[in-house]
Amino acid sequence: MDAAWVLVGTIDDIPRQGSRRVHNGAMRIAVFRTADDRIFALEDKCPHKNGPLSAGIVHDGCVTCPLHNWVISLETGEAQGADEGRTSTFPVRIEGRNVYLDLMPTHAAR
Amino acid sequence: MTTKTEKLVIIGNGMAPGRMLEHLLEEAPGRYQVTIFNAEPRVNYDRIMLSPVLSGEKSYEQIVIHGDGWYETHGITLYKGHKVVAIDRIAKTVTSDHGVTEPYDKLVIATGSVPFIIPVPGKELPGVITYRDLDDVNAMLLAAQSRQKAIVIGGGLLGLEAAAGLAQRGMEVTVLHVMPTLMERQLDPAAGYLLQKAVEERGIKVICKANTKAILGNGKVEGVELDDGTVIPASLVVMAAGIRPNASLARDAGLATNRGIVVDAGMRTSDGDILAVGECAEVDGMVYGLVAPLYEMARIAASHLAGNSKSAFVHADTPTKLKVTGIDLYSLGDFADGDDREEIVLRDATAGVYKRVVLKDNRIIGTVLYGDTADGTWFNDLKKKRTDISAMRDTLIFGQAYQGGSPLDPAAAVAALPDDAEICGCNGVCKGKITATITARGLSSLDEVRAHTKASNSCGTCTGLVEQLMALTLGDRYNPKAVQPMCGCTDLGHDDVRRLIKAKALKSIPAVMQELEWKTSCGCAKCRPALNYYLVCDWPDEYADDYQSRFINERVHANIQKDGTYSVVPRMWGGMTSSKELRAIADVVDKFAIPAVKVTGGQRIDMLGIRKEDLPAVWADLGKAGFVSGQAYAKGLRTVKTCVGTDWCRFGTQDSTGLGIRIERFMWGSWTPAKLKMAVSGCPRNCAEATCKDVGVICVDSGYEIHFAGAAGLDIKGTEVLGLVKSEDEALLHIVALTQMYREQGRYLERIYKWAKRIGLDEIRRQIMEDTDKRQAYYERFVFSQKFAQVDPWSERVSGKDKHEFNPMAVIHKEAAE
Repeated sequence: MDAAWVLVGTIDDIPRQGSRRVHNGAMRIAVFRTADDRIFALEDKCPHKNGPLSAGIVHDGCVTCPLHNWVISLETGEAQGADEGRTSTFPVRIEGRNVYLDLMPTHAAR
Repeated sequence: MTTKTEKLVIIGNGMAPGRMLEHLLEEAPGRYQVTIFNAEPRVNYDRIMLSPVLSGEKSYEQIVIHGDGWYETHGITLYKGHKVVAIDRIAKTVTSDHGVTEPYDKLVIATGSVPFIIPVPGKELPGVITYRDLDDVNAMLLAAQSRQKAIVIGGGLLGLEAAAGLAQRGMEVTVLHVMPTLMERQLDPAAGYLLQKAVEERGIKVICKANTKAILGNGKVEGVELDDGTVIPASLVVMAAGIRPNASLARDAGLATNRGIVVDAGMRTSDGDILAVGECAEVDGMVYGLVAPLYEMARIAASHLAGNSKSAFVHADTPTKLKVTGIDLYSLGDFADGDDREEIVLRDATAGVYKRVVLKDNRIIGTVLYGDTADGTWFNDLKKKRTDISAMRDTLIFGQAYQGGSPLDPAAAVAALPDDAEICGCNGVCKGKITATITARGLSSLDEVRAHTKASNSCGTCTGLVEQLMALTLGDRYNPKAVQPMCGCTDLGHDDVRRLIKAKALKSIPAVMQELEWKTSCGCAKCRPALNYYLVCDWPDEYADDYQSRFINERVHANIQKDGTYSVVPRMWGGMTSSKELRAIADVVDKFAIPAVKVTGGQRIDMLGIRKEDLPAVWADLGKAGFVSGQAYAKGLRTVKTCVGTDWCRFGTQDSTGLGIRIERFMWGSWTPAKLKMAVSGCPRNCAEATCKDVGVICVDSGYEIHFAGAAGLDIKGTEVLGLVKSEDEALLHIVALTQMYREQGRYLERIYKWAKRIGLDEIRRQIMEDTDKRQAYYERFVFSQKFAQVDPWSERVSGKDKHEFNPMAVIHKEAAE
């Protein structure tokens, strides 16, 4: 199936080691930019208690949830360390500075 | 009870007499009434550690051996800043330059040494300093602030440590050394060469065979001219060309002197009632500059003063170690070439290792180790015992681990050392004493072992060995992580990181991570907020706050709630409000359909359940009514709770509301290691509950009682009293100074009561209540920092700052995705 790529903005809209939110209907998607300018998209919902990951601190390839400090991998959406759970991730395509999301999640949350 | 009839006077308060007193108090407590004259205006400190103070790895407070309290406890009179100018041996008195005359029964001269000033023109110019005491270090630190050029004359131990320290403080340093290689008295040329390379890698220029012809300058140092005509510009010249025993006072008193004050093996001078110890003493034709023999002199002298006339000083070689972080160097004994000598050498250029053992009649007489000094103790032990090494000759140079078959791990190597192997060279402590003391006294921390055995208590290079011994003796009970690292990204603890940020002038998070060798590429959610705070605190004018390293609450200036909405708390100064303010809050609540409104414990109003997107609009409306952020989310100043005081209360003794408002207006916006809550109560009935706050004031008739270090959270703890002051102005001054001290020393997330427990209440009272200069300096640094901190974050964001935090990046409607 062809991916339905949606333009959501440019890399420069997102602060380094930061995140912005995309409203997809009622769903919130957090788009992250790492220190080395890699871009990831996750549902803005921690698998633990639904904390907004977009408000977390971004470090290396992970984000730490602001509610209870779970650490979530930006690449896989998996909780790191002893915690178990996964957030949905979304494919990202970069063209020039433009950021496109595929709104079909790669992994389902669990 | 023994009556203190005998008077003991000591001239000098360095490490040797300090140690002598410790022995004497143990062996003959109460026998002497002791008086000390110290030409330096301070207590006894660890002179060996001046280099770490210069480089910023330690602070003066950390190297004090005997604080003021120690002298008080032992009934010792200490004249600070008194230089003894005359000894009258007939009247048996000494007289200081301030005119104090003290009689003695026994006198100990411990005048130390004086730096050798090379006799060249310009040597007296301002900007030429020596490296002997804390004043010299302070002078160097002052000069280093200008970040200009420095020249160190002398490539010995002291000169290289000075050069490394100055370079670390940001100066461009050149070392001038008259001999062909560095530290030629302790190192052979090969090791000297390796050392020079390592020093140069630190950005320090080294010129050997450099003969200084003159120090140039007009009214102050401008450079140095060598005898080949080379001129090197510099604004600071450090003379580290050697030391001379300071024997002039003894000489004037008619005592026998040679290079130093001549003493017998019992440390007695030519006058039986006068002893000499330390660098000024010459015993058996030798004078000493390293601490181990000086401590031995101290032990002998104490023993004689205690009435044991048998103990005698015996010469022993002392290993030399250089205290420059990252350069491992060890030398011991005699390593000159000779027909009757053999040597074994190991070189590993890639690993930067050089080892050389000099043998005579199959016994070690000298050792030079560079790069890998782990076996120094073992070689020293073989040398001391005059062990015949023929049987292990083939593997000797590889070290202890390679003797007797398979390589041993370092712990096993330490386990294999005999009980009489010397572990701490400075203090002459052997393995058996350490392990026995650990067991006998049930010691479990390095600090305890240092306190009880003195091992690793001076230069600290044997710390690793001592820790291994602790692991060996204690087994599982030993916790090597007594210093808790900040997080998994570094092995350094918070205190080390804070100190190094200042010492190395690190002014950004990437600079800290680079210079302090962070193990992760960009830190984690634990260390980044801590580093951001330390940098904000230390460089208020220069550091650009990194919002991405702040927790969400401090980034969006509201408190995140469990459902991802936020709560907003405006400041109500001292808990006072008005109908106008209340009306504005009511309007905002209606307009934004805010679901919950609550009165907080800090006497203000909390609006809960606000959507992130609405925050700027909420703040805009609140701002119009005159509200600013209450910083209810900050690791910073929160509220100052008050009672109604003399305005209304029939018991009130002072204007507690007014003082509370004044404190809050003065201190709002400041970031602190953890949240900081205050209160002012107008009388001891304490309606504002000031005695469980981080800082509290209880007003009384005679003034203001300042309290601190209370807690009413996870822990419950009543406050401690800092002190009583008379006026509102003084109350503010003391509270601000206390807060700044906590800001500068606290570990991130460490509440004030935990910090106070760690630092000690007495020390905090001493610095804030007694030390006027310190208090004023803290106060001024706080005031300076406030210039940059007191910007209302809400109005900034209403005007558009950090828009991206609040607005979605994109809003996708279903059709767009299909």
